Amino acid sequence: MNRTGIIQFVLFFVYVLVQVLIFRNLVLFNSAFCFLYIAFILLLPIELNTMALMAIGFILGFTIDIFYNSMGLHAMATVLVAYTRNYWMATITPQGGYDSGSSATIASNGLQWFLVYTLPLVFLHQAVLFFVEAASFTLFWFTMLKIVGSLLFTMTVIILLQYLSPRGRRI
Amino acid sequence: MERLINFIYEYRAFLTFLLLELSCSWLIIENNQYQSTKYFNSSNRLAANILGFSQGVREYFSLRTINEELSRENAVLRTDLERINQLRENYFPTDLDSSKADQYKFVSAKVIANSTNLYKNFITINKGAADGIMPGMAAISNDGAVGKVKSVSRNYSVLISLLNVDEQISCVIKRTNHFGSVRWDGLHQRYSNLLYIPRHATPVVGDTVITSGYNAVFPEGVMVGIIRAADLKKETNFWDIQIELSQDFGKLSFVNVIKSRLKNEKDSLEQLTIVGKK
Repeated sequence: MNRTGIIQFVLFFVYVLVQVLIFRNLVLFNSAFCFLYIAFILLLPIELNTMALMAIGFILGFTIDIFYNSMGLHAMATVLVAYTRNYWMATITPQGGYDSGSSATIASNGLQWFLVYTLPLVFLHQAVLFFVEAASFTLFWFTMLKIVGSLLFTMTVIILLQYLSPRGRRI
Repeated sequence: MERLINFIYEYRAFLTFLLLELSCSWLIIENNQYQSTKYFNSSNRLAANILGFSQGVREYFSLRTINEELSRENAVLRTDLERINQLRENYFPTDLDSSKADQYKFVSAKVIANSTNLYKNFITINKGAADGIMPGMAAISNDGAVGKVKSVSRNYSVLISLLNVDEQISCVIKRTNHFGSVRWDGLHQRYSNLLYIPRHATPVVGDTVITSGYNAVFPEGVMVGIIRAADLKKETNFWDIQIELSQDFGKLSFVNVIKSRLKNEKDSLEQLTIVGKK
């Protein structure tokens, strides 16, 4: 494993622990959750192929499921994001393409690109998560409230971390 | 054959995606089935340890409340015990049928993880199979019913909280003796719903709702909540009743798991009756 690989491997556990120890207990207004762990999938190196992404996504989601007692739920949402990620990234390629070896961060591609990249994927993740959990559309508006609340909360934390992390890169 | 292999190779990402999502769906459906002894949940030792650590930090800040609650519970129990002793000496000088009197045993356990904001909430506690806990047992606190045991490992168990849209328990309105089911609607952590109370019943706001004891999981008469709103719509067969749960799940720190010694006997008798009818 090269250097990036080792860093990502360590980061995997950091994301899981932060999610489980901190953000699992932190729910705003009874409806806004922060599922920060999805940022791990979003920030993996750009050239990583879809197969690897899905495998990592499945393991990540499944690990989170163990702590949330929700077998398969987070795994399902995360695999979906992992599958969609590269296609979405190809669709929004900036002029001149991505620099080789660059990562999907604000530092290398700018805030505007980053928002276009993350917002729909985080929304997708949370929509799947809450609707599958509810297993029905009977609480449609309450579920939408949870999704939008969580989207804002999660996005705020992801973007803050982008500016706080050293050299604005790896996390 | 070669074309088939090419096809699979070309669409390998999509096919893997389908495969993974299907297995996830299978896991979700499987997990929704009632009671199981699964390993991949928070009764898993490593997961439970991590969650226990997080709960330990949180608990440190609420020690005072927990202590007060425990001492209040002690006082209530002591009063009850004294009263029962008096009654027994006065009215039942001989021993009662011991198999009935010892029907329920309580295992006290500490909550190490709890959620209240999801649609399907679970509670992880620090006692498991080693203390005789089995899937299907009931858990109560000193304020009222808490939930049923879903899965156990050696030292930990996961309870389905009353705040879980899949969980139903059989209850009666104490004053009128009409029975129905309490099921959470997923909205507010302090309120739940009492279903299937027939039109001709007359529930009023403030009535107490207790467990019925019909399924031998919960003993009869465990407090569940108090009716907060009762509404009868035209052309429906049942009342819409909202109850305020007596247990505030946001503050749960200890539970008692109930071992019912007669449950097997009761279940097998009922099974026999059902089979006999056919």
